[in-house]
Amino acid sequence: MTELRKRGGGGDPDSTENISDKETDGEDKLGLGAEGEGEGEVEGEGDSKADTPDVPPSVDNTPECLNKALEGLSSRWKNWWVRGILSLTMISGFFLIIYLGPIMLILVVMSVQIKCFHEIITIGYRVYHSYELPWFRTLSWYFLVCVNYFFYGETVADYFGALVQREEPLQFLVRYHRFISFALYLAGFCMFVLSLVKKHYRLQFYMFAWTHVTLLIVVTQSHLVIQNLFEGMIWFIVPISIVICNDIMAYLFGFFFGRTPLIKLSPKKTWEGFIGGFFSTVFFGFIFAYLLSQYQYFVCPVEYSNERGRFTSLECEPSELFVMQEYTLPAMVQNILRWRTVNLYPFQIHSIFLSSFASLIGPFGGFFASGFKRAFKIKDFADTIPGHGGIMDRFDCQYLMATFTHVYIASFIRGPNPSKVLQQLLVLQPEQQLSIFNTLRNHLREKGMLPPAVLEAQ
Amino acid sequence: MTELRHRGATENELQHQPSEDKGSDTEGRPDGASDSETKADTGVPDVPVPPDDTPEVLNKALSGLSSRWRNWWVRGILTLAMISFFFFIIYLGPIMLMMIVMCVQIKCFQEIITIGYSVYHSYHLPWFRTLSWYFLLCVNYFFYGETVTDYFFTLVQREMPLRILSKYHRFISFALYLTGFCMFVLSLVKKHYRLQFYMFGWTHVTLLIVVTQSHLIIHNLFEGMIWFIVPISCVICNDIMAYMFGFFFGRTPLIKLSPKKTWEGFIGGFFATVVFGILLAYVMAGYSYFVCPVEFNNDSNRFTVDCEPSELFQLQDYTLPAVLESITGWSTVRLYPFQIHTIALSTFASVIGPFGGFFASGFKRAFKIKDFANTIPGHGGIMDRFDCQYLMATFVNVYIASFIRGPNPSKVIQQLLALRLDQQLHIFNSMKTHLTEKGLLPATEEVA
Repeated sequence: MTELRKRGGGGDPDSTENISDKETDGEDKLGLGAEGEGEGEVEGEGDSKADTPDVPPSVDNTPECLNKALEGLSSRWKNWWVRGILSLTMISGFFLIIYLGPIMLILVVMSVQIKCFHEIITIGYRVYHSYELPWFRTLSWYFLVCVNYFFYGETVADYFGALVQREEPLQFLVRYHRFISFALYLAGFCMFVLSLVKKHYRLQFYMFAWTHVTLLIVVTQSHLVIQNLFEGMIWFIVPISIVICNDIMAYLFGFFFGRTPLIKLSPKKTWEGFIGGFFSTVFFGFIFAYLLSQYQYFVCPVEYSNERGRFTSLECEPSELFVMQEYTLPAMVQNILRWRTVNLYPFQIHSIFLSSFASLIGPFGGFFASGFKRAFKIKDFADTIPGHGGIMDRFDCQYLMATFTHVYIASFIRGPNPSKVLQQLLVLQPEQQLSIFNTLRNHLREKGMLPPAVLEAQ
Repeated sequence: MTELRHRGATENELQHQPSEDKGSDTEGRPDGASDSETKADTGVPDVPVPPDDTPEVLNKALSGLSSRWRNWWVRGILTLAMISFFFFIIYLGPIMLMMIVMCVQIKCFQEIITIGYSVYHSYHLPWFRTLSWYFLLCVNYFFYGETVTDYFFTLVQREMPLRILSKYHRFISFALYLTGFCMFVLSLVKKHYRLQFYMFGWTHVTLLIVVTQSHLIIHNLFEGMIWFIVPISCVICNDIMAYMFGFFFGRTPLIKLSPKKTWEGFIGGFFATVVFGILLAYVMAGYSYFVCPVEFNNDSNRFTVDCEPSELFQLQDYTLPAVLESITGWSTVRLYPFQIHTIALSTFASVIGPFGGFFASGFKRAFKIKDFANTIPGHGGIMDRFDCQYLMATFVNVYIASFIRGPNPSKVIQQLLALRLDQQLHIFNSMKTHLTEKGLLPATEEVA
């Protein structure tokens, strides 16, 4: 697009002086500024080109009480304190909602998803000046509702089989769920086509695509997070904590030892931070998994308990993943530690893999978001959290992690859900059921779970 | 964006281009009418005009006719050629059909990506083409792997390497995709961030539309070739009939987006398509070649279509409602139940299918292109022919899943055998109780 040809040549002299020693790079010519400052910076200097959309500068939104308390400090330390206090607040909030239980967690995940969607769509609107197309906001939110309905409906049908079987209207909704979801989506699609306005075709198509890509990223991932949650709250807590730990540890290692830059995209990151973060995250994950594996509350799958009439994760037989086992150490390690065997939960071995992914590949999600912010010349996704930016800023590394955890569980941990398989079986034709019954019987006999055929007349 | 403010003037020019009486915007003269009128916009990227590509033989044969009739003839001949080709590949069997679907998918993907490149001048970012095709490969690998695992379970279980690939299929696909994602992040070049993100978004939306739909078509195909042939034929018929009705009776324009379409064409096409669908379904439902699910035969190692037709494809007597009785003088009529379903499919193809066409028209206007490409003389690119099919494929798949079939038995067996043994035993007992209640099993004294 033409503005790009201009952008190479028209770099403005660096106009925004950054006091903090965070991101300073060549791109400052465009007035991007670092994420360091607590006060909002004006991006006016960067907009000499006519078509560069002008993202309005974010207003400083730090609560007054914090401002007063930190008045005396210099700007750089003030920023440190703001970020630090907010980090602690967020982590405590995290613990609080874990305590409140699975349903609360699902609601929080849903709220985060809606807020992330809102943030990204708002950026799209600003980039494309779409505010004067009133249908578009309605359509974007409508598509969000449709896709959520589809995913939540599938989840409800899978996990709450017993509840669904009881209520008549729910049974109807479940049976024709895909058809209803598709019809709802089609209604939105037709509304989009009918809303195309002659002068704004391209804009509308861009917004349509922007909405769909955002839905793809935000909504599918949040549902994977919820499916992980249903496996057991530990599969929700450990990955998220590992990513947070990696963020913090990489930052600290980079702050104290950082010397070699890691990637041009994020000049703040250093190899020392990366590697130090990797080792400390693996270690942390190992210890944390050990702590959590002992409690049934975290380890049991979330189920709908008919007696209590709600979701619990309190009654189950922990799977063998969460039962202490003895492992023989390899000879090398034996010489060092002088132990022959060690008692570990198998889950701790898995947490090593999760930590490795979080430290090595997770940051690519962060680089992707950094690239996105630079591409659209924004400092932060939004200004919801003082000192940190928007919700998306906090969650950009989590997305890849959620998908990885889900794929990991599906491939290495669990098989299919037994109640879902039974449900599918009961829907088949009687002849098919009979043939499957016979196949299963032969299989079980071979495995010795059933006495050999003596009594059947079949 | 500034180019939009300029475009308001040129949109009028597009509307008034001299062409057929109905003001068709997509079929101009066959000799590649250039978009030069629209060059008034400085910012608008200039999509290169595809050269006239009509084969020489056709050109010679039609050299005598005037331009308008010549276009008619070119389109007519190509239409017949495409329809004959369609029948030919049906004759060749399900595997050939699958390969054709895959080729069409690759061609559509290439057409849309090429438009993206022209719009964004992306040619000098060499990584991008590689990455787009790599993502296409990844997503196809994922979908085909799931399909193969579902339908060819016994074949997969036999071969060791296939078994490993199938067990860890999701993980392998995810790892492949992640590699592409990391390559994208590493390939971000400082001055071209926005361009690269746009192309990334464009690639993913294209994949979403093109690849998922082509796999839904293949799923439909496995249900029975009739579920593949009838929907596609209904859409083609609706296209042709709406065009004919519009040509002979068309008066009231339908939608500003496509001034060529008229209400008379729309309604006439609807009724004609429903009738055609019923007749075609009647003709096809009699043959087991079309009606049977495609299965992989373990012993002969090929695909077969050989089965007992389900009750959907067996003639049944339906009592006509009193109104129709008095008109036609029949009290009952013999129909295949499938014909009732084709009424629903035809209705969708005529009423909602055109929205896919409007979407593609809007897309072409938004990016100021006449056709997606110039593969088929007189018709444009492959995407031009297939734009209405996409919604249809998804609808048929959702329809089958909701109203026709239950879960796939071989997939259920596969999931059963993957469970733990105690879970299998538990399910075995539940099934035994269930089947005994239904009277399918005599009561036995087997101890669990």
